[in-house]
Amino acid sequence: MNKPKLVVVGNGMAGIRTIEELLTIAPDRYDITVFGSEPHPNYNRILLSPVLAGEQAFEDIILNSLDWYAENNITLHTSKTITRIDRMRRLVVADDGTEVQYDRLLLATGSTPFILPVPGKDLKGVITYRDIYDTETMIETAKVKKHAVVIGGGLLGLEAANGLKLRGMAVSVVHLGDWLLDRQLDDTAGALLRKSLEDRGLTFLMPKQTAEIVGNDLGEVTSVRFKDGDEVPADLVVMAVGIRPNSSLAESAGLHCDRGIKVSDTLQTFDPRIYAVGECVNHRGVAYGLVAPLFEQAKVCANHLAQHGIGQYKGSVLSTKLKVTGIDLFSAGDFMGSDGTEDIVLSDPAGGVYKKLVIKDDQLVGACLYGDTTDGAWYFKLLREGRKINDLREHIMFGESAIGDSGVGGQSRAAAMQDSDEVCGCNGVCKGTIVKAIKDKGLFTVDDVKKQTKAASSCGSCTGLVEQILMNCLGSSFQETPKTKAVCGCTDHTHANVRKAIRENHLLTHKEVYDFLEWRTPNGCATCRPAVNYYLLSTWPHEAKDDPQSRFVNERVHANIQKDGTFSVIPQMKGGVTNSSELRRIADVADKYQVPMVKVTGGQRIDLLGVKKEDLVNVWQDLGMQSGHAYGKSIRTVKTCVGSEFCRFGTQNSTQMGIDLETMLANMWSPHKVKLAVSGCPRNCAEAGIKDVGVIAVDSGWELYVGGNGGIKTEVAQFLCKVKTAEEVKEYSGAFLQLYREEAYYLDRTVHYIERVGLDYIKAKVVEDAANRRTLFERLLYSLEGLPDPWAARIAGAQKNEYIPIKVVA
Amino acid sequence: MNMQAEQPWVRICTVEDIPQLGSRLVERASGNVAVFRTASDTVFALLDRCPHKAGPLSQGIVHGETVTCPLHSWNIDLASGEAKAPDVGCARRFPVKVVDGEVFLSLS
Repeated sequence: MNKPKLVVVGNGMAGIRTIEELLTIAPDRYDITVFGSEPHPNYNRILLSPVLAGEQAFEDIILNSLDWYAENNITLHTSKTITRIDRMRRLVVADDGTEVQYDRLLLATGSTPFILPVPGKDLKGVITYRDIYDTETMIETAKVKKHAVVIGGGLLGLEAANGLKLRGMAVSVVHLGDWLLDRQLDDTAGALLRKSLEDRGLTFLMPKQTAEIVGNDLGEVTSVRFKDGDEVPADLVVMAVGIRPNSSLAESAGLHCDRGIKVSDTLQTFDPRIYAVGECVNHRGVAYGLVAPLFEQAKVCANHLAQHGIGQYKGSVLSTKLKVTGIDLFSAGDFMGSDGTEDIVLSDPAGGVYKKLVIKDDQLVGACLYGDTTDGAWYFKLLREGRKINDLREHIMFGESAIGDSGVGGQSRAAAMQDSDEVCGCNGVCKGTIVKAIKDKGLFTVDDVKKQTKAASSCGSCTGLVEQILMNCLGSSFQETPKTKAVCGCTDHTHANVRKAIRENHLLTHKEVYDFLEWRTPNGCATCRPAVNYYLLSTWPHEAKDDPQSRFVNERVHANIQKDGTFSVIPQMKGGVTNSSELRRIADVADKYQVPMVKVTGGQRIDLLGVKKEDLVNVWQDLGMQSGHAYGKSIRTVKTCVGSEFCRFGTQNSTQMGIDLETMLANMWSPHKVKLAVSGCPRNCAEAGIKDVGVIAVDSGWELYVGGNGGIKTEVAQFLCKVKTAEEVKEYSGAFLQLYREEAYYLDRTVHYIERVGLDYIKAKVVEDAANRRTLFERLLYSLEGLPDPWAARIAGAQKNEYIPIKVVA
Repeated sequence: MNMQAEQPWVRICTVEDIPQLGSRLVERASGNVAVFRTASDTVFALLDRCPHKAGPLSQGIVHGETVTCPLHSWNIDLASGEAKAPDVGCARRFPVKVVDGEVFLSLS
């Protein structure tokens, strides 16, 4: 069968990234042909500056070797420039006469450097800085000539100037603006940068406007002359004054162009058979010149080429980093500020550190950092997520490490780490391993790093650190994992989309979800199945049926698997209160089943460790106690202190309150585990400050706290409200938990959910809106109504086969 | 299958005894065997021992023709026993056949 033909014009990062994305999701859909003007396979254009500076060789920056094209059956034409698109006959024509038919055409023609229209611009020795040829020209010139003039004090210009200086030339940078990088930095940071580069021996001529490039009789450049009459000697002139989307081919084919090829949110041009990605496009009026947006475009475009038809590109927020070794600067968003914005500024000119954060409507909208950029990734994340920062405001300037223990032994500064320092404590991955994987395997995202190295793939507490390492290795090509990422590789839909589809279309089974949302796999994977199962059950209680095979072993078996395949059994002990009869039965069970260890848990219960799977049902029967759900994404335990019944400081009966809450929430499934605590007085012996819901009794009532966490990253719970009666405690905490159950993404703890929506939102829904609080609470009670204790159900015979191994009679 | 003569087939259970997208454990003195059933009722058998840290594969989530180990989420291909990239390792396979809804295993 003849496959449809996909032709790619442009063998650069955007075009080939699109092909890579396409090959992962639809490997055999197209016969692919790629045309490139340069004689090389796809290389990492971003890393030309390290090549110029002598820090890397050209071979190091090749992203796709010629073998890669061959392995994927891609026909590659190098050194051939497409000169014409015949849209009627659907073919492209190259400058050597090659003609190729297409069914789909992808334009990734990139950009061309802007050439100043001044006399002498065509002289020998006047070049731009765009590709490996330019880079090699600079390296060769630096060997024999002395004076270099770089026109343009932007990112590219400064990187070129720095490289030429390191290659031994005397370099002058000519800049029209009042300060360097005037599109990426504010004036203060620009001045610091200038000082630092001057210390490295660069000369700056600014503000200055170039009038003429002067040459000798041989047509070689000799000097640059300015509008004010000054003149500097020059053997090499590098023009780095900006880029223009290269849309001439598209224009000649009659496609609508306006400062770039106009594309829709699906990266389609005005001819639906023709797509365009990268620096050549104009999306919603913006032409991007950095790599991160190109990759986002590539992903969306590949999705549509694969005819999955989902995913939209809605524009990108950009961050900038200069690839000049030893100079740290970072900027993102609206770093200049405008009417209605506020600045928080830290300035230490002598120490060479300057930080400015721009805030608008309680959100971070811009950041400009110089000298210390370790928190750039974090600020960028806050900025992209649009998270409210009122709770961080006092400390935000001092970075993420000032907000709390990051959970990696206080080690939160990737740049300062040694290669041998451990980043991921769960899987024992050190920084060097990650850096090597990023460089060798061409990784661009946290997900790539997780997959290849296992770092950040277990508890996730080092994700921020991995992001920092990526950012340090990749600069502006770093792709921050978007908050709206897909559930897993089986789909491009986000958690929010899946949930919405289940709710709005009344989907009740896994199959309906996978069919409706066009899952790529027949029955999901170990990541999405448990999530979908939870969304079904929580959205349609008593209607959707639980699928045991979509649950992790612990929730399927109702016990906690241990490293040797045995299980641990934790019976419910409401509020941590037990009695002699229960203790006797526990002791008897421990003897009868030779339980290797009996341990008191952190949640005020007793754990029987090392029980064989086939003994579980008998153990539960002999215990005669209910499941403590100590194994699930579910209610765990309500920890209590002694309270007013016995304690001389107790103000309320916290023990009974805990028992009541645990009774109310029995058998509750949730996006992640849920822990509560009730303390009888502000001494807070039950440690309510680090629970998902913490209740602290005071003489006049109860204080409620939400979003605490004592695990991976210690988070102090935030004050929600104060109530008077025990009934109110149940209603408010129940309503909060139901809101969390209905809106949080699977595997988000309450703290993550609150971080996403903001505490004000929770207050509005739960505290201020009494009617809404009551309906939330009613929905919670409805979904818990009549749920059986899972242990009792299994004693009665449910899921019998699960616990009985097959014996082979030899 | 060419060693069929020396390896007697042992009847284990019916296909229906194994949950779809699930597994059953077959006890065996020299190492338990996990018998899996896919959504399309294909049956596979592997040594119940993940090549990573010996996790019980029978307790994992089955999806497509893959099982995810419950201990550290390695993905093991049911047909070949090979771990999926980037992990490397292999769980031993056992010949298995289904005749009239009855599952037979060759265990020696």
